[in-house]
Amino acid sequence: MCTYQTTNVPVSGSGKGASGWFPVTAATVYFDHPVDAPAGHTLNIDFRNPDRGAAARVAVELDPAGARELAEAILAMLSAAPPALLTEA
Amino acid sequence: MIGDLRAETIHFPGAGGDLVEAYLAQPLDARPTGGVIVVHHMPGYDEGTLEMTRRFAAHGYLAVCPNLYTREAPGADPDDAAAAARAAGGVPDERFIGDAAGAAAYLRALPAANGRVGSIGYCSGGRQSFLAACTVDLDAAVDCYGAFVVGTPPEGFPLQVGPLVDRVGDLRCPLLGLFGGEDSYPSPADTAVLEQALTAAGKPFEFHTYDDAGHAFFATDRPSYRPMAAKDGWQRIWAFFGRHLSA
Repeated sequence: MCTYQTTNVPVSGSGKGASGWFPVTAATVYFDHPVDAPAGHTLNIDFRNPDRGAAARVAVELDPAGARELAEAILAMLSAAPPALLTEA
Repeated sequence: MIGDLRAETIHFPGAGGDLVEAYLAQPLDARPTGGVIVVHHMPGYDEGTLEMTRRFAAHGYLAVCPNLYTREAPGADPDDAAAAARAAGGVPDERFIGDAAGAAAYLRALPAANGRVGSIGYCSGGRQSFLAACTVDLDAAVDCYGAFVVGTPPEGFPLQVGPLVDRVGDLRCPLLGLFGGEDSYPSPADTAVLEQALTAAGKPFEFHTYDDAGHAFFATDRPSYRPMAAKDGWQRIWAFFGRHLSA
């Protein structure tokens, strides 16, 4: 089914899309039908900059197990990083 | 009978008078015929849905597929537009109803129109096709595995996808439902509830559930594709529209 569930997360950083690098201001996370991945449903993330139009987007469609591992790896990496570097960012 | 067709991008006035982009496919044969509104799924106004739109024209119908994400991302690639629309909260039901009414009016004004118009939708579009059948002047509607016609969406779902089963008394036309027996949304229990509600309301309907299929069995570009269910489903669609969209 189309799950409709969507989480929008404000972020700041950069992403590399079809036209090169651009400032990323939002991430949209959802578990739903992929556009391209060969699966019924995937964990999808769109890194976007709405002010630059719909095409300012870096998209990933991930299998649920891999997505969970990725999320845990992100949290582990942030936990392991020297605190001073996190605040400097 | 597979006929020659012409397909092109057009615009028609939808909800609020906004010009809505749409894909129109029509038979070259100018005999009066019925119209079909093809409602795309959440991934958007994509190649697979436009291919289905051409298929209706090849089978003799005037077919129009509105780009329901026109406002969020005019001119964008369909997948980028779908992402933008999702981030903005999706398509509100009231806006969809206005767009569907605009599409029906556009089809009825075409030179080859016989005045009869139906709708068909897949997945979220299946729910919207049911919604159109309750709110727009249609002659037939097909719901292909639309979730949340019945059943309460889990917590956190946007309000605009609330259940529609309590609107069953408003259904204006015969309904064909095509479902997968292995689907969870809608589950066979959900479709049984809808069936009971339609029966209680005295509404004409016809449901078929394919035991060896799950969700999205019509989608030829997805692993969920089930050729035998899809083949039978298409036959049911031709028979249903043949009965209800002929002048």
